[in-house]
Amino acid sequence: MTFDYVAPGSVAEACELLERGGPDAHALAGGTALMLLYKQGLLRPEKVVGLSRLAELRGVRRLAGGGLWLGAMTTHRAIEAHPDVAGFSPALAKAFASVATIRIRNQATIGGNLAHADPAQDPPPMLIAFDAEVEIAHGAAKRALPLGELFRDVFETALSPGELIVGIRLPPLPTGARATYLKFLPRTEDDYATVSVAARVAVAEDGRCSDARVCLGSVGSTPVRSQAVERALVGQPLTDRVLAEAAALVVGDIDPFDDVRGTASYKRRMAEVCTRRALAEIAAPMAH
Amino acid sequence: MSTHRIRFTLNGRAVEREVPADRLLLDLLREDLTLTGTKEGCGIGVCGLCSVLVDDEVLSACLLPAVLVDGRSVVTIEGLADRPGGTALQDAFITHGGFQCGICTPGQLISASALLAASPSAEEAEVREWMKGNLCRCTGYYGILRAIAAAQPAAGQTDDL
Repeated sequence: MTFDYVAPGSVAEACELLERGGPDAHALAGGTALMLLYKQGLLRPEKVVGLSRLAELRGVRRLAGGGLWLGAMTTHRAIEAHPDVAGFSPALAKAFASVATIRIRNQATIGGNLAHADPAQDPPPMLIAFDAEVEIAHGAAKRALPLGELFRDVFETALSPGELIVGIRLPPLPTGARATYLKFLPRTEDDYATVSVAARVAVAEDGRCSDARVCLGSVGSTPVRSQAVERALVGQPLTDRVLAEAAALVVGDIDPFDDVRGTASYKRRMAEVCTRRALAEIAAPMAH
Repeated sequence: MSTHRIRFTLNGRAVEREVPADRLLLDLLREDLTLTGTKEGCGIGVCGLCSVLVDDEVLSACLLPAVLVDGRSVVTIEGLADRPGGTALQDAFITHGGFQCGICTPGQLISASALLAASPSAEEAEVREWMKGNLCRCTGYYGILRAIAAAQPAAGQTDDL
């Protein structure tokens, strides 16, 4: 039980190797997810395509107009510590800093995180709340996919053999937008969330909500965006009552399952509580 | 299965080895290079026993394929004394009771050494956040925090916990 390893020098070559290897070929970024699954016998790759030589996939860049680009091979730690990430939104830095421990964040990359497609991960709900698009290379071709469409099921993505995540692109924030990431952790601080809520809410000059994104982690087989909550917020003033009524609608959009971090019914209750708390946190200092 | 010739710096010395593609850094260190100071605990990146420095960042040797340290610099507990402040940190762990059974100690020292290098005057909250990934099943955490505080350059003004 072992595999062949190859570290190509270009994205196009990496895609070709992945395509030729088919479903038994896997990309290796930081290694935390792949080696864990391999050690536990859950994954038996025949070929592992190492991405360590692809320097162009590392880094964080501000985009013209106020957007942000994260290279797929950038570690969680590098992202959380990058001044342009906090400059874009402190909540984005917080979501990355919420993952496991510094040691894991030094090794695990954002591209690996997304390709792993574990619905309990911290960054995906926050990135979806920021309308992130994932940049996918296939040889010389490239396509962009709204991040929410990447995730198909637990550990399953929309990537075809030969496709490689190269970056994540976040559009500029809407005017007046604020965001938060709330991770509910009843066990230990380095754990996966029992429920997590990422929210981005904008308020117009008349005090009414002009735009809302609410996305939850650990409440289904993928990150789950709650458009029922979003619709209940837009056009309304962010009073405690509006927030509570909106948060209550989250239960209809989620489909949590029992695991060691809580039963499905507990997660449904806590999803409402956490959504209300996240929205209240955003609404509280919205004096500007 | 492919094998790969890797060259890296280990505790300041150049090392060259042929490794199978799936050789983990932890096994390379302990079994091939007989540096058994780095311990295996959970084997899934949670407990911190196998903490090593790669290019001055703490990583889990139990989840790191050895091929990924090609061209990089690795420091294990055996090389700690050669790091700036390494001996002082070891002394502080002894003086302040920074360990009990000792199996987590190599990882604790490696993480603490990286913390002192990255943030020499870290406040206690930052120390706790940094050391969160190194579990001590004897629960000797206060001794570890005291030892790290004492090893900070500004020690002396640091109150005992």
